[in-house]
Amino acid sequence: MIRYILRRILMMIPVMLGVTLIVFTMMYITPGDPAQIILGDNATPEAVAKLRAEMGLDDPFLVRYFRFVKDLLRGDLGICYATKQPVFDRLIQTFPNTVKLAAFAVVVSTIMGLSLGIISAAKQYSLFDNIAMLLAMMGNAMPNFWQGLLLMLVFSLWLGWLPASGFSSFKHMILPALTMGTSSAAVLARMTRSSMLEVIRADYISTARAKGQTEFKVIMHHAFRNAMIPVITTIGLQFGRQLGGAVLTESIFAIPGVGKMMVDAIKARNYPVVQGGVLLIALSLSIVNLVVDILYAYIDPRIKSQYK
Amino acid sequence: MSQQEKLLEIKNLTVHYETVDGTVRAVENLNLSVGAGQTLGLVGETGAGKTTTVKTIMRILPVPPSVIKSGEIFFKGEDLLKKTEKEMRSIRGAKISMIFQDPMTSLNPVLTVGEQIMEAIGLHNRVSKRKAIELAEEMLETVGIKGDRLSDYPHQFSGGMKQRVVIAMALACNPQLLIADEPTTALDVTIQAQVLELMQRLKRQYKTSLIMITHDLGIVAEICDYVAIMYAGQIVEYGSLEDIFLHAQHPYTKGLFSCIPDLYSDDKELIPIPGLMPDPSNLPSGCRFHTRCQYSFDRCEIQEPPSVEVSPGHHVKCFFAVPEKGEPQGTPLGRPV
Repeated sequence: MIRYILRRILMMIPVMLGVTLIVFTMMYITPGDPAQIILGDNATPEAVAKLRAEMGLDDPFLVRYFRFVKDLLRGDLGICYATKQPVFDRLIQTFPNTVKLAAFAVVVSTIMGLSLGIISAAKQYSLFDNIAMLLAMMGNAMPNFWQGLLLMLVFSLWLGWLPASGFSSFKHMILPALTMGTSSAAVLARMTRSSMLEVIRADYISTARAKGQTEFKVIMHHAFRNAMIPVITTIGLQFGRQLGGAVLTESIFAIPGVGKMMVDAIKARNYPVVQGGVLLIALSLSIVNLVVDILYAYIDPRIKSQYK
Repeated sequence: MSQQEKLLEIKNLTVHYETVDGTVRAVENLNLSVGAGQTLGLVGETGAGKTTTVKTIMRILPVPPSVIKSGEIFFKGEDLLKKTEKEMRSIRGAKISMIFQDPMTSLNPVLTVGEQIMEAIGLHNRVSKRKAIELAEEMLETVGIKGDRLSDYPHQFSGGMKQRVVIAMALACNPQLLIADEPTTALDVTIQAQVLELMQRLKRQYKTSLIMITHDLGIVAEICDYVAIMYAGQIVEYGSLEDIFLHAQHPYTKGLFSCIPDLYSDDKELIPIPGLMPDPSNLPSGCRFHTRCQYSFDRCEIQEPPSVEVSPGHHVKCFFAVPEKGEPQGTPLGRPV
């Protein structure tokens, strides 16, 4: 098992290298001259040319790429064109906010999604099941930005219970986490339900009942553990999606996270920040995937026996 | 068999499945009994209602769609159908256990076999964990598996070994009645013999009564004391092993026997029963077997034949059933075709 984990960590190296190549190439072929952007529209062509030479922008593609990777290995992600801060520092400022928000959203969606899914499966075709699945469909169909605005309207403007924007306290996290968590919860509820339904008809569930086990334990101890593989996969995917794609939510609630920072950076052609952000998101996704894969082995001993 | 000796007695049991596509009459007016220490073979084609019957005894049929329309199931004189869910839980696994058809799927793949055997023990006995482990180890040894394999997972066992584990689990609380739903169908023939031998040995050792569901008449001949032949939700013939094997009267039972190859006969071809089991949501009128019966005549289509006791304890549900002594009870109205 330890060997498997180590191998998986080593395998992340080529993956991350691939990501650097793609990110760098994408930025390379994007039109627009960074030197011109930094100096502004009024800069003289001489000044722009001088800056281009200083920044090494005139060097060939491969030279620039290797310089990028070499700097990266030293932890140098470049300098933010806008704030002149190292990109690394900017990421450190924003990433914790994104992680906090995503983690909170995952907790919210897991609690809502799993409980709805499990009860729906246990009571298939009941009133509860029908209502829960209707809610799940709605949760899935509602666009994030619309739902965020709606929550803001109700809880901030009308009721005045929660702040509408900013990110300074736990209270600030509730509405954005709900916004992000709802659609995930909807996906999870449907996934949990269908996965549970597949398992609930299995013979070993009848065996557990025939032993005299209580229905609660039959569902939770016998059925749920077996239904968990697709559920864990979905939770991992949702967490990854929220780490990288909380752009809309972060923009609506004015949360200084990676998503918002990247959107701003793309608009300003602030290449180093975009590159740094994408790399960070790719890295966190790889880690989430690794954790999910390791969890598989703890849930299902048959998978563990293959991890040698 | 007197009332005292009967461990289990099913009276007029009717179970339907009510679905949007219609009502499936899975079991109708079924009467059965099993004496203490005896083995009853429940024989019939797939879809005859065998599994529905035994799952009703355990009360583990999903509700909905299943509905118990009528009947009583007396276990040691008490009606199981009147018990609360909580009372049933203390009976399941402790007094009545069940073994399912496919050992590959009847063990939970994510729990060790030890956990699964200990679960059965822990549910019905107040024992310490250490004692439970000890008992589980003992059970494994009893079925011929080394006790130290307690911490192994089901996928680490072969099919035959898994069925042994299932048997160990079912017998862990020393039940009075064991229901085995085709316990050897999914196994190789050589393993089948071992598992059957094991079940018979344990049945004697623990003095357990057994209901054996099977469609293998060879297994019936080997281990059963009584046999019930089921067709389309009804028992068409019931009697002792000898009654069924030597004096079968129902055309369906006879048909089943003619499907078995006979080593000592020169006939090269087997004679299958023509046609298929009727659709249980659209059963034929009269005798349910008349559509496939070579002896059927007009009355069979109109009227359901009564169950006739042709000799003590030997019941046949057919108009042609002739008691050993006396007149045929269901005299045909017309001539057989």
